[in-house]
Amino acid sequence: MNNELTPRLISGNQAVAWAATHLGVSLGVGYPGTPSTEILENFSLLGGRAQWSPNEKVALEIGIGVAYGSARALVTMKHVGVNVAADPLFTVAYTGVRGGLVLVSADDPGMASSQNEQDNRRYAKAASVMMVEPSDPQEAYDFLFDAFALSETWNLPVLFRMTTRVCHSRGVVTPRAPKLPTKGPAFVRDMQAYVMIPGFARPAHRRMREKIAKIAQWNEDSDLNKIYEGDKSLGIITSSVAFVHAREAAPEARILKLGMTYPLPINLIREFAASVDRCLVIEENDPYLVESLRTEGIPCEGKAEMYRFDELNVQRVRRIIAGDTTPEKPLPKGKPPQLCKGCPHRMAFATMKKLDCIITGDIGCYTLSVLPPFETMDSCVCMGASITVGLGLRHALPDDEARRVVSVIGDSTFMHSGLTGVADMVYNPPKTGHVIIILDNGTTAMTGMQEHPGTGRSLDHTKTNQIVAEDVARSIGVNNVHVVENASAFNQVLRDSLAKDELTLIIFRKLCSLAAPKLRMYAEAAEEEE
Amino acid sequence: MTQNSNITNIVIAGLGGQGVIRAANILAETAFRSGYDVKQGEIHGMSQRGGSVTSDVRFGKKVYSPMVPTGEADFVMVLHPSQEENNRYHTGAEGLFLSVSQFLKGGDDLADLDKDSDSPITERNCNVALLGVLSRHLPFDDAQWEAAIRNNLPEKAHQQNIDVFHYGQEIEAA
Repeated sequence: MNNELTPRLISGNQAVAWAATHLGVSLGVGYPGTPSTEILENFSLLGGRAQWSPNEKVALEIGIGVAYGSARALVTMKHVGVNVAADPLFTVAYTGVRGGLVLVSADDPGMASSQNEQDNRRYAKAASVMMVEPSDPQEAYDFLFDAFALSETWNLPVLFRMTTRVCHSRGVVTPRAPKLPTKGPAFVRDMQAYVMIPGFARPAHRRMREKIAKIAQWNEDSDLNKIYEGDKSLGIITSSVAFVHAREAAPEARILKLGMTYPLPINLIREFAASVDRCLVIEENDPYLVESLRTEGIPCEGKAEMYRFDELNVQRVRRIIAGDTTPEKPLPKGKPPQLCKGCPHRMAFATMKKLDCIITGDIGCYTLSVLPPFETMDSCVCMGASITVGLGLRHALPDDEARRVVSVIGDSTFMHSGLTGVADMVYNPPKTGHVIIILDNGTTAMTGMQEHPGTGRSLDHTKTNQIVAEDVARSIGVNNVHVVENASAFNQVLRDSLAKDELTLIIFRKLCSLAAPKLRMYAEAAEEEE
Repeated sequence: MTQNSNITNIVIAGLGGQGVIRAANILAETAFRSGYDVKQGEIHGMSQRGGSVTSDVRFGKKVYSPMVPTGEADFVMVLHPSQEENNRYHTGAEGLFLSVSQFLKGGDDLADLDKDSDSPITERNCNVALLGVLSRHLPFDDAQWEAAIRNNLPEKAHQQNIDVFHYGQEIEAA
């Protein structure tokens, strides 16, 4: 992509990146996660300043700092990343910001590549944070302008909720003239706003509620919401990607498309509902809009519970409109993904299977070891949980079973949220000890080969400081730290470690076979820099 | 064209690493360059690891949804013989089903393509060859196809892919 201002065919993620450059975003920060990853990669390619944080909480906090400094911050993550970042999110809603703060939550209805299909519209309401929802790449571009304008007008953060089909679909995007910040970054001391001791937080909470009430009023006439005229026999209230399916499934219907879905324009919705004979809400996953409307006493019809699961499409929306609740015909299954030929994880799992380990696993390519031919992973909950769930099992199980438990985590996931698990292991060692295995393939492979603090390279693959996992483990107090680079050494050291009631961390270091050529090229380029 | 619309729906299917998304990118860009509204949908992530991959391309005067409605594809283009059966359901009543199998003399090993010295089609470029076949049924000029091929492939692969694209066109014309 270049910066020429002509229409182009790009993905929703690229559209957000493009808009971010046109808005003069000071810093893009996040953690890789499908379907959000390409936003920061493209922002960087377009010349923006972007960086990967070790995890989403760190990313959002850095974004908050940028926005406290009167600059524009774009923070990106997948839906489950917002769980990690929820702590700062709920309180920055109180403190507000001086610059612009937009948090992209990329939800994954249907779980194309996720462990759950949580609906992050709930977060906007729970934290009382403004929420805008683009439905296609053009809106992803346009709404980012609105999101920063809203953030700076009200001095509050904005949740920019996308979904897989908005992030990864391509469409034609017509750009606008850039709208750079009018003021430069500066620190302005305001302790009552930014230091959330109870005495300052109590009035801050009231201030925030007053603002949200005003924003709800503002949203009643906002251009973010649109009415598509049609036959009043069917009225559809919708938002996000559900709109494009609804528009196509019922081109004759009158549609209220909501662009800003927290706080909701309740009067606009009420009038719309009253203007049509049948008022149907079309939304993906949770009945967020239906519940909000019913709370306000607006009669409306929602989708049947069966459509709460998986993503919507034109076909399913037609069925919802028809009130069809007969079972959906199952579609033929394709070939499931698997660990690549030559993947170093294959060797590791073959060994663990042979040794009959109980494996608490984590999030990454290696999660695929649960599928044939390996079928060797016993749990996968969330980022970092391999280590801590493994510790829990070690504490609870009888000794002979406890000794079979190993925690398996990837190098990027280890930096994301493995470190605190190691701290707990050292602090509260199980009676039988424990074995942690880091499968270090030198990249964040699953999301498409992103850098992390352990690679020693920044988001744009240039050299930076490197955090060495074995040094960290030793300094935290793990007595047995081994680094192996082939299957036979791994087999030997794992066998020995399982026979001891001690704390052990084994790093199996072998480059991802898909990424190896590129990783070697980056490493060589980094050497030349020196 | 699907019911009550003037949208052309195409599904491209294959296995991860085969160039499904690249073929879809070339097709979508050709439609865009030809002045149509375009939407393209695909799934990234887990499906990259050798599993089934599909990408939907839709073009017309105005396209809303990025996904082809179930069973309403005007064209289905399958890049791996093993992926034919599980992708047949995309084809609409009057839809056309194209498969890489038409380049193979039996069997389902795409490596056989590389051994056939009479044909420029290879395991790597069969996606573009099949686009050549598909192009006979679509309203785009060769110049737009060629520009899109150039824009989506590294320079050293341009001529070979443009040649194999035209080779595919000739197969379909014959």
